[in-house]
Amino acid sequence: MSNIVELSIAKAITAGLRKALTDNEKVLVFGQDIAQLGGVFRVTEGLHAEFGQKRVFNSPIAEAGIVGTAIGLAMRGYRPVAEIQFDGFIFPAFNQITSQLAKLQNRSEGYMNMPVVIRVPYGGGIGAVEHHSESPEGYFARTAGLRVLSPSNPNDAYWMIQEAIASTDPVMFFEPKRRYWQKGPVNLDAPPQPTYQARVLREGTNVTLATYGPMVATALQAAEIAAEEGTSIEVIDLRSLSPIDFGTIINSVKKTGRLVVAHEDSTNLSISSEISARITEEAFYHLEAPVLRVGGFDVPYPSAKLEEMFLPDADRILEAVDRALAY
Amino acid sequence: MVQFLNPEGEFGVPKGLEAYGKYLDALTEADYLKFYRDMARMRRFDLEANALQRQGQLGLWIPAIGQEAAQIGSGYGVRGNDHIFPSYREHGVAITHGIELMSILKMLRGVNHGGWNPEETRFHLYAIVLGTQTLHATGYAMGVAFDGKVGTGNKDEDLAVITYVGDGATAEGEVSESFLFAANNKSPLVYFCQNNQWAISSPTASQTTVPLFKRGAGFGVPGVRIDGNDVLASYAVTAKHMDDAREGSGPFFIEALTYRIGAHTSSDDPTKYRDQAEVDHWVARDPLKRFEKFLRRQGVGEDFFTEVEAAGEALATEIRDATFALTEPPIENMFNHVYSEPHPRIDEQFEWLKRYEASFGEGN
Repeated sequence: MSNIVELSIAKAITAGLRKALTDNEKVLVFGQDIAQLGGVFRVTEGLHAEFGQKRVFNSPIAEAGIVGTAIGLAMRGYRPVAEIQFDGFIFPAFNQITSQLAKLQNRSEGYMNMPVVIRVPYGGGIGAVEHHSESPEGYFARTAGLRVLSPSNPNDAYWMIQEAIASTDPVMFFEPKRRYWQKGPVNLDAPPQPTYQARVLREGTNVTLATYGPMVATALQAAEIAAEEGTSIEVIDLRSLSPIDFGTIINSVKKTGRLVVAHEDSTNLSISSEISARITEEAFYHLEAPVLRVGGFDVPYPSAKLEEMFLPDADRILEAVDRALAY
Repeated sequence: MVQFLNPEGEFGVPKGLEAYGKYLDALTEADYLKFYRDMARMRRFDLEANALQRQGQLGLWIPAIGQEAAQIGSGYGVRGNDHIFPSYREHGVAITHGIELMSILKMLRGVNHGGWNPEETRFHLYAIVLGTQTLHATGYAMGVAFDGKVGTGNKDEDLAVITYVGDGATAEGEVSESFLFAANNKSPLVYFCQNNQWAISSPTASQTTVPLFKRGAGFGVPGVRIDGNDVLASYAVTAKHMDDAREGSGPFFIEALTYRIGAHTSSDDPTKYRDQAEVDHWVARDPLKRFEKFLRRQGVGEDFFTEVEAAGEALATEIRDATFALTEPPIENMFNHVYSEPHPRIDEQFEWLKRYEASFGEGN
């Protein structure tokens, strides 16, 4: 009998954090406004009351300080889970993440591990002001020494946050903020699959559609519409952006011959750029069409009244699917 | 400014500084001789490393000549289980904590990026991006307090953390953030700032309009300025504030006023931005000479100085030979510690490089 509960993505992460805090007394959860308030998205709601000020606490509004002290705490044997309040607020910590957190294992030739998790609500679609809707995952996915995860559903969210905390490598954990309240079943007994493996969410034969995080729901919607029109789309949820599971993508492309990659981030030098390049290098003879990318434009994330035109939707994905099929 | 030895090597505990002075009462002649030996060792190491760089044996050298009193004194003020988070010029502090000097030369030759064991040595890796280490030290000190290793009264259990910064690094925002986190958490942390008066070509006046020892006050980190060329001041003030930190009094900032007699690094040319007269002024206040004058006043004889001189020559020969004997790092060192768990991108690239190298065949 499996133990299945219905949770939102946000509350699945809360449950995952609660489990990690319970299982390992070295786990600490901190960030701006995460204690009594439970974070601006309430992801840490209740944890301060449950585990106390020594385990779950507010940090000053200083992102470099949050990540820099997380590094020091990890050196002392703790497993810090730090929240950066919004995607666009991560850049004051960029130095500590890319120059220190990512490199300390290497600098010490393995004498030190860096079991630090940085949680980041990311992506747009919530009608927010500037700096609250960005997709900075590409910066971190290309940084050697970091692992990057992004769940798209409650079950993955519950398990992947625990796997991130259990890792002895630093993990950037990108949470799809506009999907925080999307509900789904969570199996509390067993993880769905290995952490860094992509998953085929919907099987198909005509075109492969690879995506992650907040765009997964959009991709599934596009596949549904396409099916009504007689096009069979295989949808892959990447789940991990460093490493990327190219094997699963290649296996699918061998079947479909066509690949579309979608995300909210601008396409220029992005996750989709890398996937496009790698699939062209490694599966060239299986391709019937060029790999096509669907993403944000190469502009700063626009103001709320324009974001609908910036973010890829099911129609924009299907336009690319049609182009791939027309080759 | 806290000073116990004047430039003539005359000793005295000024009124009001008795709390520091009592740390000197406990020192024996053997301690004095140890301080001098290590200051001389640091100087000789520096001169030899500089020569090795000039001969192309090191990619870079980072001289610390003139800062021997600040580093050896403060290094010996750190005790027991304490942890040290250096910047990148703390070769003398390394000497006081048994770091193999060849580890430093290996790094500056380009064999690795550090590679000593920070947990075992308690001397953490050099931090080249200025000020970043102050936050690591703060986090570590927060963890020490979380572990309950502060203010228990058990000297074998309690520990404090010391972090080294230069005058230039104090301008970095991360140093200010560390003051805030350390003060908010009442962390057992001492900042030891070597104000050597030059950040490459920028004088301290370009980093601050307020004396550096006052920088932390607004964050809740009190400070004191000491004569950084007085090894006894450096020792006593560090020892006292590390004790206070261990006992739970929170973070403290020590500004050691000293002078960078050499260049910023072997790539620098200080003649472009400072007068020789200024350098001469500080060479006349050489911390090693000052301590030698003190020891001679104490009756230490010529034999000791001759012995130290000979030990310096032996050290020079030893590190020269060891540098020549350094081998190239194996290529797997580039890939092995990027992650602690397997990562396909790294593994695939390493495999590719091995195949590529092998494709040239044996002996080609």
